[in-house]
Amino acid sequence: MKEDMKQKQRKAMIRDYALLGIALIITVAILLVFPDRLDTVTTVSWEYFTEMMLILPAVMVIMGFFAVWVSGETVMKYLGKTSGIKGILLSVFIGALPMGPLYIAFPIAAALIKKGARIANIIVFLSAWACIKLPQELVELQFLGLEFMALRLVLTIIFVTIMGLFIERVIERGDKKETKFVGGKSGASV
Amino acid sequence: MSSTAIVINVLAGGCLVFALSKDRAKTKQSLKIAARSFFRILPTVLIIIILIGLLLTFVPPSEISRFVGEQSGFVGVLLVGLLGAVLHIPALLSFPLAASILKSGASVAATAAFITTLTMIGTVTLPLEIKELGKKMALLRNGLSFVIAIAIALIIGVIL
Repeated sequence: MKEDMKQKQRKAMIRDYALLGIALIITVAILLVFPDRLDTVTTVSWEYFTEMMLILPAVMVIMGFFAVWVSGETVMKYLGKTSGIKGILLSVFIGALPMGPLYIAFPIAAALIKKGARIANIIVFLSAWACIKLPQELVELQFLGLEFMALRLVLTIIFVTIMGLFIERVIERGDKKETKFVGGKSGASV
Repeated sequence: MSSTAIVINVLAGGCLVFALSKDRAKTKQSLKIAARSFFRILPTVLIIIILIGLLLTFVPPSEISRFVGEQSGFVGVLLVGLLGAVLHIPALLSFPLAASILKSGASVAATAAFITTLTMIGTVTLPLEIKELGKKMALLRNGLSFVIAIAIALIIGVIL
């Protein structure tokens, strides 16, 4: 399973470098047609390149640190039983830790549901994992400024919480209906 | 160097010092992961940077703002939100891209919609999400995420 993932990642990386090559060729071709635009393109790209390179290695170090130091078991331990406001906030916080891509979070979420964690917490946890990641917030701060980043963060936490509570209701109501239906059936057969 | 860049680098340094004081082998392992992820994301970073260079050079701000600027209103926000939902770009890279369209005339709301739908909704990971969590929960989460992403974007547009 792990080997399989590695193979897939290597393939994706080769594909990305090939795409980069294609992008470079297309750019050179475009600039051959419009040589007078060369200066603007290189200035703009260079500006974004330096801004990215000043933070990207550090962001990767932070992500690598959390990947090794915080494990799936830690998440399970903390998210399995807390509830109420504390549970929601903890879900945001733990989801925000940089532990890898979203697909890693699905099996953790599934296991948590089986263990009896609140649906609302799981939805908040998944959404936080997808869009409130610590490294993402740092890059957002760098490129879009404190005001934009902070406002979007606060609004996201509020709305994701509302969504979590709503989905919990919908799913629990659906479950109740199902059990009622099954109960009715078995009652009839008795 | 901007103050943000300094903060991020200090934070990374802090993680490293903490890690080294705890466990050398684990630190080495985490640095290995960091280096590997860096080179894995690097080509996409460069592609996005080239794209931004071309975009800001060849597409005049008036064109960008016509489609996603202030006067494009709700429809513009919705369009950019849809684009963000279907595109599959690493979340980290949505920020420089968003900053570039903001710079060239996109509205704040449209920029926020782009980032929020891009990070919140995973069309590529949806099959996996359905498999692990069931159809109902996965579809509800992704569908409602689009609605709240648009709401968040519109509120940011009003405030900023």
